[in-house]
Amino acid sequence: MSQLVDRRLSGKNRSAVNRQRFLRRFKTQIRKAAAEAVSGRKVADLERGEKISIPSKDLSEPIFHHGAGGRRNIVLPGNREFVSGDRVDRPEGGAGGGGSGGSPDGEGMDDFVFELSKEEFMEYFFQDLALPDLVKKQLAAVPEVKKARAGFVSQGNPSNLHVVRSMKQAIGRRLAMAAAPRDALREAEEALADLEARGLGASAEADALREDIAALRARIAAVPFLDTWDLRYAHRVDQPTPSSQAVMFCLLDVSGSMDEDRKNIAKRFFMLLYLFLTKNYERIDVVFIRHHTVAREVEEEEFFSSRESGGTVVSSALELMHEIILARYPSANWNIYAAQASDGDNWDDDSPRCRELLMQKILPLVQHFAYVEIEAEEPQSLWHHYAQVKAMSPRFAMQRILTLEDIYPVFRELFQKKAA
Amino acid sequence: METGTATALPAAPTRVRQPISEGSEWTFELIEAYDREIARVAAHYGLDTYPNQIEIISSEQMIDAYSSVGMPVGYHHWSYGKHFLSTQKSYQRGQMGLAYEIVINSSPCLAYLMEENTMTMQALVIAHAAYGHNSFFKGNYLFRTWTDAEGILDYLVFARNFIAECEQRHGEDAVEELLDSCHALMSLGVDRYKRPARLSMAKEQVRQAEREAYLQSQVNDLWRTLPARQEDAQARQAARFPAEPQENLLYFIEKHAPRLEPWQREIVRIVRKIAQYFYPQRQTQVMNEGWATFWHYTLLNHLYEEGRLTDGFMMEFLQSHTNVVYQPPYHARFYNGLNPYALGFAMFTDLRRICEAPTEEDHRWFPELAGSDWVKSLDFAMRNFKDESFIAQYLSPKLIRDFKLFAMVDDDRDDKLEVAAIHDDAGYRAVRRQLAEHYNLGNREPNIQVYAVDIFGDRSLTLRHTMHDRRPLGDSTPEMLRHVARLWGYPVRIESVDEDGIVLPVGECTPAA
Repeated sequence: MSQLVDRRLSGKNRSAVNRQRFLRRFKTQIRKAAAEAVSGRKVADLERGEKISIPSKDLSEPIFHHGAGGRRNIVLPGNREFVSGDRVDRPEGGAGGGGSGGSPDGEGMDDFVFELSKEEFMEYFFQDLALPDLVKKQLAAVPEVKKARAGFVSQGNPSNLHVVRSMKQAIGRRLAMAAAPRDALREAEEALADLEARGLGASAEADALREDIAALRARIAAVPFLDTWDLRYAHRVDQPTPSSQAVMFCLLDVSGSMDEDRKNIAKRFFMLLYLFLTKNYERIDVVFIRHHTVAREVEEEEFFSSRESGGTVVSSALELMHEIILARYPSANWNIYAAQASDGDNWDDDSPRCRELLMQKILPLVQHFAYVEIEAEEPQSLWHHYAQVKAMSPRFAMQRILTLEDIYPVFRELFQKKAA
Repeated sequence: METGTATALPAAPTRVRQPISEGSEWTFELIEAYDREIARVAAHYGLDTYPNQIEIISSEQMIDAYSSVGMPVGYHHWSYGKHFLSTQKSYQRGQMGLAYEIVINSSPCLAYLMEENTMTMQALVIAHAAYGHNSFFKGNYLFRTWTDAEGILDYLVFARNFIAECEQRHGEDAVEELLDSCHALMSLGVDRYKRPARLSMAKEQVRQAEREAYLQSQVNDLWRTLPARQEDAQARQAARFPAEPQENLLYFIEKHAPRLEPWQREIVRIVRKIAQYFYPQRQTQVMNEGWATFWHYTLLNHLYEEGRLTDGFMMEFLQSHTNVVYQPPYHARFYNGLNPYALGFAMFTDLRRICEAPTEEDHRWFPELAGSDWVKSLDFAMRNFKDESFIAQYLSPKLIRDFKLFAMVDDDRDDKLEVAAIHDDAGYRAVRRQLAEHYNLGNREPNIQVYAVDIFGDRSLTLRHTMHDRRPLGDSTPEMLRHVARLWGYPVRIESVDEDGIVLPVGECTPAA
């Protein structure tokens, strides 16, 4: 007799470890593919995993096999027209089956393609990183909760005791528990009154009744006024609140000196920051501010596309940002991040003003402010003033980016895990 | 049963249909009922099986089972993760239905049923796996001599624990590298002629501890540093190590590689043992699948004739059976080699026909078979052959005609392909011989053996590839040499010997320091 076993409930992810091993082994390739995938995405386009493809030759499992050449015999089914001794041309692309040259998997020469989940995909960007100075919210995936009422329960903390409910409960219980003796008491009293009316008030029967009545009264009196059963507690449950929300300000210099290449670099940088934030916050707003001599809040398309001519006044963007924060993102409810990209050009007397703005108005409100200077041959005036800010505030980070390849390392440096 | 009702019919002269079930939904009770019936019929035909353990699993679990190459307990390695990902991908895209069944050669014999399947499919799988494959595992001589069904689960548990322990002690990377190299050489890690010792967990653990303590101290002639005496100088010129070429490369490495640590030797051994365990399956694909297919077909038809199965059941069953045994012709776009199910099923069915209704031709070709008891003859065939010999012995002219088999010769000295033989009187034997050769693993894989170790010089290892039909080694050879060198720890060479005995060096690799 066979044994029949239902295994359906005994865990399905037996291959999870092997999958992890696979990802670990091909970390470099996957990371590269993931980085390439970023360029095709919008800043906030994150709601999906990524299809990763790796050249299959990189992950082949080799065995000793025969190469082409020599003499081989092949047996094939489904002969149509051949008779012995026929000579035919070699078919294109190798012998028709039977050979042992193919890869053992039956996988072709194509790439090996598989899906990374959204989480895994981002993991590849943020492996060694941590959000800087997470003072406001401990983000380690502990969602903020608030207590919400959820009716009454019979067990609970004394401080949650609900008196009115408990007393109501007690009344009901007292009524119910005393109902039977009360009925009996009424009957006994009626019987006694009846006896007394008939002048038999001193008979043995009446005495017995009186005894009963006394016993019943005692029973009714013994029903407890308040019992532990009656106690009711207000019930409160934890309700997650979407408190971990962040707003990200993207400040971009669109003055004449910022060409397409530089803007492209800036875009990647903003994307990475966005990705990084989504890993830690449930809700993220993005505010795009572009500026030359004046600053304007714009949509994403416009943000990256057009280009203005003329000079640069960086402080205009900082001021606008400050206004927006005050108007829409009170810092008690929002984690505020800012990333500024510029080629470093600024009007000379504006740079000190930027420093002042940052130090006094903006940095106290934000979690982190990152500044990247793109493709500047040598540090510009803004850089020097910002360097002073950096010396003063740990919330401020700055880096220079020279080519596209620099973004990722720079980004990592910006958000390097702070040594504990 | 309706026997209690007043309208019970009188016993009909023909057999009354009493199907086990009507619908397509399965339940545990029904599976048990079908299993009982199939077991009864299987016993009627004398199928001898290990006890069965039938497990119901979900499709995710089936993908899991799939990607661990049929081992119910496996150690961790990225290559299994890769199999998992590619299986999952093609399953999700709908490119591939999952196999209906996986069956594990162990005692009790594990057969997996997928919960998504209909009752018909479950019954088909039970007949196919739990009685077909199972009886093959128990009966076939290769499985009897090379695998130990009782010990394998224990051994796999031992292997997994040991490897996990090594990962902890020596790091995942070190273990992974080693496993990569061992996996690459897996097909050279089997004894083709010697009989393997029996495995069991307890014994294996004791022996592993002993080996670990003892082996390293014994690592052999390679380390001998005492100055040789004068008279040895003559002898050592002649002395060869190994004295004879060794076919089992992994075994040789396990025993003689100078630089491996004891735990590394043990892992080499584990991979080698597992390769050995799967070796019979690789040699009996056609027979094993053919046998199982033949029996699910025969058992279920028997039940149908008894009136225990409905017509609907048979329609569904036959549809999937026909899909399984379809052989596309070589010129079809989706032709992918000979289908072992089709060939195996056809051969066993044909054997039965030869026994029951032999033609004049069969009398000429199979005088001892024609007219004999088919159950006994099939049982004999199942027990005593592997694919190569089975085809050489039993492929009949009728089948060659049915399949329209023909043999081609592809010679690189000839600018055209030549049709060597077709399905006619002159060609039967040639086609049969070529097809049998095709299933000879010795021809499919390059014949590579350990030829020499330079024990008095640089300790280099020389492998020798004996060419067959002038076929050279493939382009993976340099990479493979790196794997061998990683295990051996000293330079590794490989040379090919052609049919005239001329030795040509093919490659050389020095291990990374």
